[in-house]
Amino acid sequence: MNKIKLILKGIIKENPTFVLVLGMCPTLGTTTSAMNGMGMGLATTFVLMLSNMVISSMARMIPEKVRIPAYVVVIAVFVTVVQLVMQAYVPALYETLGLFIPLIVVNCIVLGRAEAYASKNSVFDSFLDGLGIGLGFTLSLTVLGAVRELLGSGSFFGHKIIAGDGMLIFILAPGAFIVLGYLMVLFNKFKSKKA
Amino acid sequence: MAKESNFKNMLLTLLLICFGGSAVMGGAYLLTYEPIATAQQAKVNNAIAQVLPPFDNRPAEESYEWEVSGKKVTIYPATAEGQYVGSAVEAVSSKGFGGPVKVMVGFLPDGTIFRTAIISHSETPGLGDKLDPRKSLFSTQFEGKNPATFSLSVRKDGGDVDAITAATISSRAFCDVLDIAYTAFMDAKEKGGNHE
Repeated sequence: MNKIKLILKGIIKENPTFVLVLGMCPTLGTTTSAMNGMGMGLATTFVLMLSNMVISSMARMIPEKVRIPAYVVVIAVFVTVVQLVMQAYVPALYETLGLFIPLIVVNCIVLGRAEAYASKNSVFDSFLDGLGIGLGFTLSLTVLGAVRELLGSGSFFGHKIIAGDGMLIFILAPGAFIVLGYLMVLFNKFKSKKA
Repeated sequence: MAKESNFKNMLLTLLLICFGGSAVMGGAYLLTYEPIATAQQAKVNNAIAQVLPPFDNRPAEESYEWEVSGKKVTIYPATAEGQYVGSAVEAVSSKGFGGPVKVMVGFLPDGTIFRTAIISHSETPGLGDKLDPRKSLFSTQFEGKNPATFSLSVRKDGGDVDAITAATISSRAFCDVLDIAYTAFMDAKEKGGNHE
């Protein structure tokens, strides 16, 4: 029960996009379609889970003063692995996400979880925390991408459902801010009612 | 809890982490090297198949680079049953609105454009990205045209090309890339770089 709560915490109470408002650069940059948002989210989830696990298992052996460079190296290793795997098996997605994949290294969610959670908790809990936060990030990006795709190009996960061009602004940068703002309002309204 | 932050500990820890990290990355690189090469090859082959009449050789393996007035292109000659059917030319124009425009152009042996395919571009979504045949019919107007008689510049500049509304710069870049490809193709043909 406690473990499930740990995962849910990352999705709702500490949702990285709508509540903590972290990692805005990939959030705004890659969510031009639901598929792109989901790809970015899953790549980040993968990095989060693995880096959280490795960092929590090593935290006790790392001298205090060099912990940040050590974490960054660990995170960078996993990001490189993700990058190579995506390039090999999903080249189309890799091409659309492009520069944003190597940028996961400096995504503050990943380093933030390493410093705030993984370095102080057990390996398994850190893994669950990474999974929860990652899923929260993935869900937010997918929803954001789906809304932008629906309004901007009239399709849903690549399937055309509204004829015509759609409202172009939602595919461009300003649309990202507008949709993010409204989703944040809705999410927090829903959340505060529940609590 | 954490080890003492003295010089020896810090050095050793970072060294070990970097060493382990390099090993993991090296392993991942070795494992993904083949699939990445295959994926890139498949992409090129796909683009070639889109822009040329049916062929049965492997143009990607017979490709060569050609340079005309400082512009480099890659030429992929295609044959069907030993007969030369045309070449796909991969060219880049730097005159795009948002960045380079990379296009694969298929030429029949006499220099007529067969078909074109966009490989990559960064033009504005909704305006300049209509260069892509999936988004508008702009690029189909070049099919079956021979640049020897068809002037490759937009009507505004006195040519024969209907530009995309509100995306004249992108249209110009597309003409530019076709022109680079055509010039290189003809030059290669003249100087015997082709299969004929």
